[in-house]
Amino acid sequence: MLDIEKIKGTSRPAGRKIGGTIVIFLFLLILGLFMAVPIYLAVIMSFKPVHELFVFPPKLYVLDPTFDNYRDMFTVLSDMWVPFSRYVFNSGFVTVCVTVMQCVFASMAAFVLAKGKIPGGNFLNKLVVVSLLYQSNVIYIMQYIIMAKLHMINTYSALILPAVASPMCLFLMRQSMATVPDAIIDAAKADGAGMFTICWKIVIPNQKPALMTMVIFAFQSAWNLQGGSLVYKESLKTLPTVVQQAASAGLARAGVAMAAAVFMLIPPIIFFMLTQRQVMETMAYSGIKD
Amino acid sequence: MKQECRRVGNRIWKNRESYLMLAPFMLIFLMFTIVPVVISLPMGFTDFDIVQPPRYVGLSNYATLFLNDTIFIKSIRVTLVFAFVTGPVSYVLCFLLAWLINELPKRIADLFTIIFYAPSLANIFTVWQLIFSGDTYGYLNAFLLDWGIITSPVQWLTDGRYVLWVVIVVQLWVSLGTGFLALRAGFQNIDRSQYEAGAIEGISNRWQELIYITIPSMGPQLMFAAVMQIVGSFTAGTVAQNLVGFPSTDYQAHTIMTHAYDYGWVRYEMGYASAICMILFLAMLLCNRFISKALGRYMD
Repeated sequence: MLDIEKIKGTSRPAGRKIGGTIVIFLFLLILGLFMAVPIYLAVIMSFKPVHELFVFPPKLYVLDPTFDNYRDMFTVLSDMWVPFSRYVFNSGFVTVCVTVMQCVFASMAAFVLAKGKIPGGNFLNKLVVVSLLYQSNVIYIMQYIIMAKLHMINTYSALILPAVASPMCLFLMRQSMATVPDAIIDAAKADGAGMFTICWKIVIPNQKPALMTMVIFAFQSAWNLQGGSLVYKESLKTLPTVVQQAASAGLARAGVAMAAAVFMLIPPIIFFMLTQRQVMETMAYSGIKD
Repeated sequence: MKQECRRVGNRIWKNRESYLMLAPFMLIFLMFTIVPVVISLPMGFTDFDIVQPPRYVGLSNYATLFLNDTIFIKSIRVTLVFAFVTGPVSYVLCFLLAWLINELPKRIADLFTIIFYAPSLANIFTVWQLIFSGDTYGYLNAFLLDWGIITSPVQWLTDGRYVLWVVIVVQLWVSLGTGFLALRAGFQNIDRSQYEAGAIEGISNRWQELIYITIPSMGPQLMFAAVMQIVGSFTAGTVAQNLVGFPSTDYQAHTIMTHAYDYGWVRYEMGYASAICMILFLAMLLCNRFISKALGRYMD
């Protein structure tokens, strides 16, 4: 590991003064502390007992930390009609399905749209951007009608398929793959490789930063998925839906709401750290040149 | 003509593998995004309350919007503030932070990335409400009172003078999301041999490297972040609704999207809400046009 760092250090171009790096670090540190304040407050509030919530002046630390808020949240959650593990399973299942399907489908489509030069490709590219820009609450109603026609209401598909169709990940991958030089693709074609092979064997392994970013986006949107009116059967509801119920209904206390928010924040953050580990610093040192 | 058709047909047949690769995504995309979007486009010309089928009313929704709906006119102003203040500020912040983070060693860089990205993941409006709370228990008030900057608590969330600015601050705080991560990935994806070549050709500091090597090879990612910022800032509304209530004092933080929410999900006047969304869509298209022109020289 150290060796790579060393090589990397020397491969950096001239003009990297250590002083500049320290200034950058300090700047980011100050800004980062400022950014982290609300999350820090959320975490300490989730450990505050009720009598500490309204103390003047408000304290930036907990005097008497307690797990009461978390315990209350889980008490409510385990009192629901359906066992708590069922919600965890639902969320986990939906998240895995959405993330895998979206990343596989969107990567392939993005590669074709970025490098395929096929009839209609330009139109599809424009369509993706325009559909990102069109935000209207009527869309949800139309989605509902379509899904009702397909008898998909109250099934896992109602949660999974619309999320897979999100154009954002496709657009992200397309933009990133657009920077891959055409020369590589032409060379691979000359060697007899088909588009599918070029996509999975050559381009995607070189797109790890964008790929991991896409995985994070997909995971995050799937994890926060709420069924709304598409899924109203209790046994199909996801974690965010019930955690929000637990935080707002009956236990309308700031501490419990914070416990719920912190609890829901943990998986995406762990997932984020795992994906970042996949992106090596020297990743883009591919020898690919235009 | 016939020959032309045959040539296009040939090209399509030759690219059949590509079309097969497009198919899984495009089929789902068509069914759950494109079809709903296309059906919803003409809804602005109708009177539609969800229960009864839509009834064609011509341009009357649009006429009402611009001639009789003073709150809508007000919401245009608020939306423009978001679009032209939080949008660009947050875009520059995303880029600047992604760049600076990229200058640090990997482990520290990852730590900073999560610190800046976490706010957009967290759903903690309650904390913001406590920070800006109007009584002396609010963190900001307590802090300012303690330091003697103010003498009595300020009603940050209900005083018409501050509402919009409080919302802007929180909006900026949560806005380092998709655009920021995409740009960070863009920086990581740049081929390092380009920097070595640059060093040989006489590039001598970080700044020159950024201008001459990094930005020109990141056009597509810059465009992605720009589109996401357009969407984020033009459709801002949930932050305000959660933070300063709905409707906000004197409609000070009432965006076009909030207006559409009001008519769509509170009053169930979906035709009218569609018309509102259509105007927002046209504004975003225009802005997107403008930005793609501006970034055009970095694109292939």
